[in-house]
Amino acid sequence: MTNLDQFKQTYFDESAELLGVAEAGLLRLAPGQVDDDEVNAVFRAVHSIKGGAGAFGFTELVAFAHEFEAVMELVRSVRIPITTDLVDTLIRANDVLAQLVAYARDDGKPPDEFSAPVVEALRRFNVEDDDEADSAAERAPADPTPSNDTEGPETGLVDGTAGTSAQAAGRGAGGLVPVVTTPDQQTYTIVFIPKPDLLLSGNDPVFLMRALSRLGTIAVTCETGLVPPFAHLEPEHLFLSWRVRLTTDAAVAEIEDVFEFVSDESSLEITTEVASGDTDSSIDMVSDADASLKADSVEAAAASATVSATGTVATADRRRASGGDGGLAVHTIRVDLDKIDRLVNMVGEMVITQAMVAEHVRDLPPGSFQDLQEGLEQLAQHTRELRESVMSIRAQPVGSVFARMPRLVRELAGDTHKEVDLEMSGEATEVDKTVIENLVDPLTHMIRNSIDHGIESPEDRRRVGKSTRGTVHLSAQHRSGRIVIEVADDGRGIDRERVLAKAVQRGLIPSGSGLSDEEIDNLIFQPGFSTADKVTNISGRGVGMDVVRRNITNLGGRISVFSAPGKGSRFVLSLPLTLAVLDGMVISVGAERFVLPLTNIVESLRPRHNDLHSLVNRCDVMMARGRYVRLVYLHQLFGIPGAVLDPTEALVVLVEAENGERTGLVVDEVLGQQQVVIKSLEANFRRLDGVAAATILGDGRVALILDVAGVQDMNRRSSSGRARLLAAPPVSPIQTVEV
Amino acid sequence: MKKTVLTVDDSRTIREMVGFTLKSAGYDVIEAHDGQHALTVISGTKVDLVIADVNMPNMDGLTLIRRLRANPSYRTLPILMLTTEADEKKKAEGRSAGATGWIVKPFNPQKLISVVQKVCG
Repeated sequence: MTNLDQFKQTYFDESAELLGVAEAGLLRLAPGQVDDDEVNAVFRAVHSIKGGAGAFGFTELVAFAHEFEAVMELVRSVRIPITTDLVDTLIRANDVLAQLVAYARDDGKPPDEFSAPVVEALRRFNVEDDDEADSAAERAPADPTPSNDTEGPETGLVDGTAGTSAQAAGRGAGGLVPVVTTPDQQTYTIVFIPKPDLLLSGNDPVFLMRALSRLGTIAVTCETGLVPPFAHLEPEHLFLSWRVRLTTDAAVAEIEDVFEFVSDESSLEITTEVASGDTDSSIDMVSDADASLKADSVEAAAASATVSATGTVATADRRRASGGDGGLAVHTIRVDLDKIDRLVNMVGEMVITQAMVAEHVRDLPPGSFQDLQEGLEQLAQHTRELRESVMSIRAQPVGSVFARMPRLVRELAGDTHKEVDLEMSGEATEVDKTVIENLVDPLTHMIRNSIDHGIESPEDRRRVGKSTRGTVHLSAQHRSGRIVIEVADDGRGIDRERVLAKAVQRGLIPSGSGLSDEEIDNLIFQPGFSTADKVTNISGRGVGMDVVRRNITNLGGRISVFSAPGKGSRFVLSLPLTLAVLDGMVISVGAERFVLPLTNIVESLRPRHNDLHSLVNRCDVMMARGRYVRLVYLHQLFGIPGAVLDPTEALVVLVEAENGERTGLVVDEVLGQQQVVIKSLEANFRRLDGVAAATILGDGRVALILDVAGVQDMNRRSSSGRARLLAAPPVSPIQTVEV
Repeated sequence: MKKTVLTVDDSRTIREMVGFTLKSAGYDVIEAHDGQHALTVISGTKVDLVIADVNMPNMDGLTLIRRLRANPSYRTLPILMLTTEADEKKKAEGRSAGATGWIVKPFNPQKLISVVQKVCG
């Protein structure tokens, strides 16, 4: 018997997570606001805890989880209304479940009647007793029928060795199966006529015959009499049937079990032959209907046998485990992060080397070295896969960070005497571990900011006609190869007058600057800016949104804010998924090379004269696919000599930032697609506008990786000139101004 | 040639138990945490058998079975559903979705192996 003990740790880890999920879901459950996904998640959590508990024989846990699950099922199928009383009971049930899991983990026994009060409370809601009780009895594997015959059929079935073979004759559901001992081998004749579409359910007679052959010695004859003439032959249908002679000491039930999945519509006959030297020569004919019924009773017996068997195994192991740590094989291993980082670096170098080799081979005369070319193409493919696999090792769902927030919100709401609900979505979105780790502080700060400054007190909210409960919505999603995280609240929004006054007072901007609303909102990211009149112990302490922004830009990210007075604010973070490698398009401008992230590129085209229009203020636009897009001359922006000046002779690469804004970049040439290794500029030099990072190309040259949104901002500022009034710090200028 | 089994379950415990049991019986095992994920995983690999839980987030087991059966490449792929409910209704639902058979949880390793052998050798 395989040892299940090694999975217990996984089970307890997972149960801890699931209990957290269930609690979070239950806390959000309120009368009148039922979220199906939420309810389903709670149901599944309880269901999974029960499923695992069954495998380890934690019978009390299974029994209780079953009661809990039954009520959740009623909630899920909207058969009982959600009341405060119900939610309270469910939360209590979750606590009891957690305690029972803890008892199971510590090999302890809960006190007698430990869960009884909550079970009783749960049963009050379990109104649909009639049919529910029936299926519940069937579903609950918790209560194996007490086996008064310990050497009976259970052991025989579980071991799979037919020392004492049982023959299923009764049909008592879950009850004892009468045992008929067959002393010696029997020979059976099995006639199996499958239904024509047997193959389409994924069953295959070949495997059934093999399964039979494992029971004893067989002789198989295939009958082809029912095969229609070729013209009428349906290729996916089965017209063959089989006659099998099986000599075995296995019982009829075991033979029927082989046909468990196919017996319902196919015809199956099992007859006992007179075996040589056998005294009993009774013939056992099994009709179709009977066969399936018997199969069920066998299965029910097997199910209860499983529980009792694993139960004993578990206790045995528990004893052994208490003697010492059973160091058993597991399927996850802990790896030092350094080792993974080394691997990531190596893969990075390999990507560069591969690009280098590819570049040399490209220069070879075409048609020659065919094998080499093909080999290299494969190498490129494998390198990409390797890179993705390595990156996925480091990827983690943002849920681990999000999970800390409900608690924070509850505490903050209590401290500030506000009523705040936290909504979250996209917890499963995955992103690099480093990004995750560095997200905790900024997110914490942003949520504090939202609750402290954004959400109003209940009285204020009532006065302006909002519901007294404020909401903070935290979400994550993948967009254009980046992860976008939003913190939105429905509070009072940014007080622009006050922000402006404060900025002038602090000398951040000259008075009368005439900034747009967005520009004013983004002033809050300026260093040394704090709008709180009094420093609270929540979001005060001299740490402002500028620190948040610095943290985010250090990760290659961007932050922006959108605010509507009286309606709320929305902070949007956009971060790269990985900090190591990206798929890029290499372009040339003059003698320079740049890399554009592939995820930003829509298409590249050569404009005709009548596609181009010039607007005042030296801003050129181009008609592309029925839309006007602003043109950005990279040579102008970066001051590169010797570039192609006329767009009709150059190329325009249409790019799109994560916010959906499209721009046409005017470049000399598009050189080709390539994976590039991201080398941080900040670490080696300093941050540059419009540049995300640098890389080393196949020919050994350094190229800058463009940050499309940054380029758009630069261009806007250089063409409007107005935003220059902002006293931008030299290292991190404002790049979040939206048009 | 080793056969490859794809186990689809949102419970890590169950995935690991199925994986361990089948690996020790000589199968290759790959995992997916829900139906949606299973569709992604299966598109990249040759799979000889799918064992799918019924209750899963994003895409449940029955939907997964229907989606797989709708794809010509998986019309005859053996698919077992893993269920705690042994009643005929669930089985009939699974059958009409295109399931090859079922395994009732909690299962013991021998039973699992014998059922797997029954449908994919």
